[in-house]
Amino acid sequence: MDVLLLSRIQFAFTIAFHYIYPPLSIGLGLLLVMIEGCWLWTRKPIYHQMARFWTKVFALTFAMGVATGIVMEFEFGTNWATYSRYVGDVFGSALAAEGIFAFFLESGFLAVLLFGWDKVGPKMHFFATCMVALGAHFSAVWIIVANSWMQTPAGYHIVGEGLKARAEITDFWAMVFNPSSMDRLSHTIAGCWQAGAWLMVSVGAYYLLKKLHRDFALRSIRFGLTLAAVSAGLTLVTGHSSAEGVAKNQPAKLAAFEGLWDTTTRAPLLVAGWVDEKTQTTHGLAIPGLLSWLVHGDAEKPVEGLRATPANERPPVNFTFQLYHIMISVGFALIGLSAWAAFALWRGKLENSRLLLFLLTLSVLGPQIANQAGWWAAEVGRQPWIVYKLLRTSEALSAVVTANQVVASMIMFMSVYLLLFAAFLYLLNDKIQHGPDETDLQPAGKLKLPFGDNT
Amino acid sequence: MSLDLNTIWFALVGVLFTGYVILDGFDLGVGVLHLFVARKDGERRINLNAIGPVWDGNEVWLVTGGGALFAAFPNVYATVFSGFYLAFMGLLCALIFRAVAIEFRSKSPSPRWRSFWDLCFAGGSTFSALLIGVAMGNIAWGIPIDGRGEFAGTFLGLLHPYALLMGVTTVALFAMHGAIYLDLKTEGELQARVRRWVNPLIIVFILCYVIATLATLLYIPHITEAFRRQPWFFGIAVLVVLAIANIPREVNARREFNAFLSSCAAMAGLMAIFGVGMYPNLVYSSPLPENSLTAYNASSSQGTLRTMLIIAIIGVPVVITYTVSIYWIFRGKVKLTKVSY
Repeated sequence: MDVLLLSRIQFAFTIAFHYIYPPLSIGLGLLLVMIEGCWLWTRKPIYHQMARFWTKVFALTFAMGVATGIVMEFEFGTNWATYSRYVGDVFGSALAAEGIFAFFLESGFLAVLLFGWDKVGPKMHFFATCMVALGAHFSAVWIIVANSWMQTPAGYHIVGEGLKARAEITDFWAMVFNPSSMDRLSHTIAGCWQAGAWLMVSVGAYYLLKKLHRDFALRSIRFGLTLAAVSAGLTLVTGHSSAEGVAKNQPAKLAAFEGLWDTTTRAPLLVAGWVDEKTQTTHGLAIPGLLSWLVHGDAEKPVEGLRATPANERPPVNFTFQLYHIMISVGFALIGLSAWAAFALWRGKLENSRLLLFLLTLSVLGPQIANQAGWWAAEVGRQPWIVYKLLRTSEALSAVVTANQVVASMIMFMSVYLLLFAAFLYLLNDKIQHGPDETDLQPAGKLKLPFGDNT
Repeated sequence: MSLDLNTIWFALVGVLFTGYVILDGFDLGVGVLHLFVARKDGERRINLNAIGPVWDGNEVWLVTGGGALFAAFPNVYATVFSGFYLAFMGLLCALIFRAVAIEFRSKSPSPRWRSFWDLCFAGGSTFSALLIGVAMGNIAWGIPIDGRGEFAGTFLGLLHPYALLMGVTTVALFAMHGAIYLDLKTEGELQARVRRWVNPLIIVFILCYVIATLATLLYIPHITEAFRRQPWFFGIAVLVVLAIANIPREVNARREFNAFLSSCAAMAGLMAIFGVGMYPNLVYSSPLPENSLTAYNASSSQGTLRTMLIIAIIGVPVVITYTVSIYWIFRGKVKLTKVSY
């Protein structure tokens, strides 16, 4: 295998592994704010117990996110040096802002969140929790802004030619608010909220199935499901506006999403299907005109097909198509599941339906699959460009890194990450099996009820 | 040296990496000493919890330093990170293992589980410190850069005696810094054992430092030249020596916090010497110095440097304020509680 393919596999592997954890931290972070807010508001010890338990789970996902996140920052330079030189002027300021505004905020206040229960008063602790959640959201902002710039570059000009060419910023805010950044940011955040929310629902449902920690489980489901239902709806709305943006700014990507070869009016939307790239045809269950209608609000308007793009500028079609459809299918399944569960909870019948509880226990996998598939679809659909229409992925490599070196690092990452993942699952399971701590129902020390003067 | 944006960013990247070595320096140092100073399980937990609330934030200085390097000097970031490929992959591996070891060690009571992760923590910390030193040694010594600004050497070529000497010096420095930090955070038997390590570590470090300084003066003319141009910077070298000499005095007088501040000051001084010696080069090219990457030929545009300066002016004071507050919240001796590692 050549360096290009190896480097792409390594980057895909390390980013996909990394992308399991930050969405969990972002979603759980918001839920921790909600739970701890409830605790301060109502002073019911059950919320204290919940905050303590979910903080431990949060800490685990956070630690994994940090450990795998440092790798990402190094890899731009180690494997994609030409890309780094090309985009450094644009991408760098977003990354620096991420470090200064997001990472310091998160990791600094994380200390108080995890270890500060007895060192600061409840209000200060709540403040720290808010800051950690805010930092987690900030970090999503900057990285998605940078990634969106790679999808729809704006606010730059190209300086130099050939190997020396690079993009330089001309307008910082045009770079930040590039055509796709807000759509993609809102869509990604909604997906992240789902990741955290369904984890909470899943653990609660598991306890109910096992007839454990009933009060804790029901309340966790209530918090988780509220956020899950809201963000499942938001994912649909933001997903729709993202797709409109893709149709406008990256027509080849949208055509690959739907396997649309010819530019046509009444373009169909495929529910599921298969793209034969050799014969350039797409087979599957199609709803005529729906794609045109979704993109333009008018079924009689044309949608650009793949043939409008030169063959050497098209992404891999079937792969992109399948990823996109996995995301959509799982997304709709989660909307349906949240509606079903919310209805059952409202009617007080949640605990009676073992099937529903079983599905809810598995629900944690849903957002993970959809988030991964969606991210992959967005990135693979941009190919063969690393920066859309400006720099090809094949031209972005490090000139001095050899295939053997990448093989060595890939073996290292795969074995270390396998170990990490095993340890992560072991510890997560350990925490879930251990369950919420009974002693947390009687908060002691500075947290003793009613709160003392130190609040 | 004139105070333009390029120079400001040369200094700011230096400040971020200085923050990194001072802060992560002590928690890496605790790792280097982990197997030696703490024998019993409870003592090892104290060690981990001494750095528990802060190591993660300390590592962020590396991430931010790397990000600032990427943003302000993309050519340097690209050349160094791709040129030092295997070394940096090794560093990543060590840092991941270390992070995971801290998280996982105390999650299971099994002695075999715990001693495995203790070994990972100590090994990962020592190896990280060594690689950071080797990388700095190479940057000081100079690395072969071709006309396109790409690294033109080999991995084994990075392991020359000067770089290895700098690696060992860094391990000694971090171990000394870590011992002083542990003195501040521990009590009783463990503290008594830690205190016995401080003076020998200072001596080892001073020996390494003297040899490294001699080697620098003898073999690295571009750094010697920089000092000849800015003789007043010898003053910093004197301050470093005074700061280190002050450490045993403060340790003996049981003013642990002052000892720690002295150690921090010494490290800041060492980084300042390194920065002044290098300026304006970020990567010195040897044997062809005309290919060196400098604060001027390897930087981002003036517009980006200006935007980032605004970001830094807003962000850094806030970061420093809450970092200090958090260290304040966690001041005092470590006690094991139910939230401990």
